[in-house]
Amino acid sequence: MNALRTTRTLVASATAVVLALGSASLAHGAVPADHSDDDQITIGIKFDQPGIGLKTPDGTYTGFDVDVATYIAKQLGHEPDQIVWKEAKSADRETMLQRGDVDFIAASYSINDERAEKVDFAGPYLLAHQDVLIRADDDSIKQPSDLNDKKLCSVTGSTSAQNVKEKIAPDAQLQEYGGYSECLTGLENGVIDALTTDDSILAGYAAQDEFKGKFKLGGFEMSNENYGIGVQKGSELKGKINTALEKMVADGSWDAAVEKNFGPANYQNEPAPKIGVIVEND
Amino acid sequence: MFDFLEGYDLLGAFWVTVQLTFWSALGSLVWGTLLAAMRVGPVPLMRAFGTAYVTVVRNIPLTVIIVFTSLGLFQTLGISLGADRFTTINFRLAVLGLTAYTSAFVCEALRSGINTVPLGQVEAARAIGLSFPQILRIIVLPQAFRSVVGPLTNVLIALTKNTTVAAAIGVAEAALLMREMIENEAQLILVSAVFAFGFICLTLPTGLLLGRLAKKVAVKR
Amino acid sequence: MRRVPASDEKAPPAKAKPPARTEAESATVLYDVPGPRARRRNLLWTVLFLAALAAVAWWVIAGLDAKNQLEAAKWEPFVTDGRVWETYLLPALKNTVIAAGLAMVLALPLGALLGIARLSDHRAVRAVAGTVVEFFRAIPVLILMLFANAAYAEFTDISPETRPLYAVVTGLVLYNASVLAEVVRAGILALPAGQTDAAKAIGMRKGQTMAYVLLPQSVTAMLPALVSQLVVIVKDTALGGAMLGFAELLASVRPMSANYGANTIACFTVVAVLFVLLNLALTTFASRLERRLRRGKRSTGAVVGAEAVDDLATPGPGERPPP
Repeated sequence: MNALRTTRTLVASATAVVLALGSASLAHGAVPADHSDDDQITIGIKFDQPGIGLKTPDGTYTGFDVDVATYIAKQLGHEPDQIVWKEAKSADRETMLQRGDVDFIAASYSINDERAEKVDFAGPYLLAHQDVLIRADDDSIKQPSDLNDKKLCSVTGSTSAQNVKEKIAPDAQLQEYGGYSECLTGLENGVIDALTTDDSILAGYAAQDEFKGKFKLGGFEMSNENYGIGVQKGSELKGKINTALEKMVADGSWDAAVEKNFGPANYQNEPAPKIGVIVEND
Repeated sequence: MFDFLEGYDLLGAFWVTVQLTFWSALGSLVWGTLLAAMRVGPVPLMRAFGTAYVTVVRNIPLTVIIVFTSLGLFQTLGISLGADRFTTINFRLAVLGLTAYTSAFVCEALRSGINTVPLGQVEAARAIGLSFPQILRIIVLPQAFRSVVGPLTNVLIALTKNTTVAAAIGVAEAALLMREMIENEAQLILVSAVFAFGFICLTLPTGLLLGRLAKKVAVKR
Repeated sequence: MRRVPASDEKAPPAKAKPPARTEAESATVLYDVPGPRARRRNLLWTVLFLAALAAVAWWVIAGLDAKNQLEAAKWEPFVTDGRVWETYLLPALKNTVIAAGLAMVLALPLGALLGIARLSDHRAVRAVAGTVVEFFRAIPVLILMLFANAAYAEFTDISPETRPLYAVVTGLVLYNASVLAEVVRAGILALPAGQTDAAKAIGMRKGQTMAYVLLPQSVTAMLPALVSQLVVIVKDTALGGAMLGFAELLASVRPMSANYGANTIACFTVVAVLFVLLNLALTTFASRLERRLRRGKRSTGAVVGAEAVDDLATPGPGERPPP
């Protein structure tokens, strides 16, 4: 019987410790630091895409989406230190907006019909295209049709991966991984010939110090990806964000952000898209 | 409500899941038995290896192991397991990774089964001069297997669901299709429900059938 | 001193006679004490096996080196750049520990309850518990987590910051409680029927029999299985990172490798080592606990301890444990 009592005591104390740990951290997570809730704005971005949205070792965030979102927040009346950045995984973006977890999402979020049924899009603010990243010394890939006997790589289930399978290079071999990093390791190792996704994302990687001179963009425009700012269905933010985006383009901040984030990769960006004009895929 | 299912090869994806499960189950039964034999065997180094293997493999998330088969074995060390197209390579790599992981659990289940065999039987076997491999093969393992059908069923059910991790290296099984559908349809919960149902169809009958088998073959003592 | 090591532990002193046979015991009983010829044969096997292991190790290292996977730039950040730990790894480790801890504390009692319910005399209770267990065992944990996340968003006002944690813990608890229920049930069923009969004979009620006779005895026997399920809980927290945006240890690989030039092999290795250390800490703690339970039992001089029961169940040679 004593054993049972010992078990009880042990379990009880373990419970107490864990619950204390848990609630301490919950409290910490739930109550934002110095600001009252009214001044806070929560924005969903990518945490793992250099050039788009990246959580750096300092704990700060960089990338084109981050710059655009910061500008918009400023126009909506929020200083940069009032922004709470939240990771918006691709699969989770619509639900995050529907549940109101974030105020808006700027996370390489292409506008399409299925998504537009669930959420509203402001913008578009960038026109990207599906492209390939290849080794700098590889001159066997000059046009999309060259890809057919190559080994391509992309992220599991992504639109780019499906595009390759169905349209661009049905005969090519496609490797799908959980993230772009694994594809890059393969590209470095020579097992993969080309990493394919939006050129904006690829440019971000090509511009990284570690990869300078190692990789280049193919420059193929294999699809049109209209990046929009996702907001809750029927949200009044849509109009305000559109105004902010127009202002961003007008005062030159948009160009500066493009130059800052994609410049080093020699990325030929499209001019700033007109608000509400979506370039369809042919 | 379910019109979003159109145009997707659900059955094909689940068929890949079944194949992954089957080959990995077969592989881990073999490798897990060998590991268990090493762990109870007379060679100290093999015992140590078996212990170390189980300790390390059991404590690493499966995703890491699966990703390593692709990044490490295939990409870096050039092991393509006799295939030259990604689909086949990845499938085989996934089977390899799932086998490596699951056999640690099979080994542990089997070892507890070996412990249920009465000492007297083994001593009798030694007395009539049977060697260690013979004792294992003829006396111990047949009884051990019968007593661990239950635990092994749990391992098999876990394995069936673990095959979803193979999506991490691009094996076109159920979880990969689920991600495609979520990306295209923006219907997270409905799509997940469909796949949850699919897995129930696979694992529930397995559990019930093997549960009955476990009762039937159990060694009465 | 009597003790039963967890599966991963070294063998106890030869004199000890624990209830379940330990690794060393079940081993030594399977073959004779090696004579000169057997020793030579063992040595030969050892040498061959060592050579094979060395060859594989060399081949792996050479392969990694040939593809520049061992270059300093890929591994250095983990040593020289403290920010890697501060920004990515340690906060993620903390989340993993919290989620796993909460899940364990909740799943253990729920699992015990379900396990006992499946042994109930009432058909309805058995049926309900059985359905719950079979249902949650059949669905992948990731999908359970997704459902929980959606349900919390729909029906509660848990803040979006902590919702992923709640969802992850809920998924883990539902699944692992059903698995633990099976462990508990098996543990109780493994006890000799005489235990229940004896309890009835001295006039104990069903609840008393369970609480004072069956559970205490089966707990020690179940511990190894319980511990390995706890390890599964720790590892399964990683599922929450993939789709729910729960910032746990495995998910930290993404932003990390994106910052340090896609050093995926290095990142995954470091995370794998952290998981192994975390789980080893858990199993070590559990085996300490187990030893303490057994010691405690002995010091009271309990008349019928699990040890004796086990000995009755699988009679072996050698000395009986002193009462």
